[in-house]
Amino acid sequence: MKPAPFEYHVPDSIEQALALMHEHADDAKILAGGQSLVPAMNFRIMQPSMLIDLNRIAELSYIREDGNVIRVGAMARERHVEFDPSIAKRTPLLHEAAPNIAHPQIRNRGTIGGSIVNADPAAELPVLMLALSARLKAKNKSGERWIDAKDFFAGMFTVALEPDEILVEIELPFAEPRTGWSFMEVAPRSGDYAMMGIAALVTLDKSGKCKSAKLVYLNAGDGPVDAVAAAKMLEGEKLNDKLFESAAVHASEKEITPFGNIHASADFQRHLAKMLTQRALKQATQRAGEV
Amino acid sequence: MTQSVTVTIKVNETEYSREVEPRMLLSDFLRHELGLTGTHVGCEHGVCGACTIMFDGESARSCLMFAVQADAHNITTVEGLASDQENLHPLQQSFWEAHGLQCGYCTPGILMTLVPFLKQNPNPTEEEIRHAISGNLCRCTGYQHIVDAVKLAAEKMQVVE
Repeated sequence: MKPAPFEYHVPDSIEQALALMHEHADDAKILAGGQSLVPAMNFRIMQPSMLIDLNRIAELSYIREDGNVIRVGAMARERHVEFDPSIAKRTPLLHEAAPNIAHPQIRNRGTIGGSIVNADPAAELPVLMLALSARLKAKNKSGERWIDAKDFFAGMFTVALEPDEILVEIELPFAEPRTGWSFMEVAPRSGDYAMMGIAALVTLDKSGKCKSAKLVYLNAGDGPVDAVAAAKMLEGEKLNDKLFESAAVHASEKEITPFGNIHASADFQRHLAKMLTQRALKQATQRAGEV
Repeated sequence: MTQSVTVTIKVNETEYSREVEPRMLLSDFLRHELGLTGTHVGCEHGVCGACTIMFDGESARSCLMFAVQADAHNITTVEGLASDQENLHPLQQSFWEAHGLQCGYCTPGILMTLVPFLKQNPNPTEEEIRHAISGNLCRCTGYQHIVDAVKLAAEKMQVVE
């Protein structure tokens, strides 16, 4: 249970980190919060020959409002996200979901950027990025680019970053008016990996009909799974339990592809998805009527 | 073997400088380099919570950090809680009185999780306590006496303040 040897670099600016990545893209691994990387290194599942530690780069850790978006530095700790008043007010879905991310000790170290780039299909943050239509800013030595969350997750533990790119910022649009939210998951114990989970958003129009909906699932495929067709079934409708059930059946039977694991068979995961979808849609719709 | 680096880490208000390999975990640094064996090592992959310490005042897994990352930072371990052998921290005293431990393996990690927790939540509900210790495994107590000990500690600490 000891990591293999590696060369350690600890830049104190983004420029230095990008220069190191430019030079060592093939060997280097970024060390953010380390809450997934270090266990993998302890098991020697991962043996990077070089670590570039971003923890001393103060300019990567911030949460601030800017016009009608929130900008979050990639090295902001999950614990800061959990307690940030702007996030609670502007993106209540993220605020409500944050305590579900592992345990307090892990959230004290774990970073928003680290979890997003790790792209664990069972993790909460990739699902939330998709649900919130986040934009992700990647930088390398020669420039920067923005990637929509829907184009960012490219499969199991895989994202659309080039080897020399670093995720530096997450842009979260404020929740639209009349938008309700819900985050629900079922885990064997609080803080453990969930067997199934859902992030749901419902936006109502002025007449009270559904303008748009979003249903994104964790541990339901090889990345966060956006049930686009099920969400579409709700659009333009006056929402009710019957519609929630139809959307839940469609999403759980046709759109998610859970693999099953030692805690839950794929069938049970589909069952959980169906139940959670109905409850989450009900809660989100109720809240949309209140805000 | 990669090149060793010099780190200077403040542990329980004492500064220590040591040469370490970058791959040395903070948990191993505390135990093997400093002889502070109160920090226990269970699973070494962040699940059991036995190695929990305070990093700049916040609870963290010392098995999921490298000692080099603690350079110029402040660490508190269980050895830093009591002022001396006669005067335990009120949380330790409460664990003693309420039978919050049996074998004691998980206890240091639980204490180091709860000290910052009680600072932020001086009057916690049972549910909040159970959520706070969700990242610490105890195989003896069934947790009930731990919860009782935390409630007792919250009372004691409010009287002190």
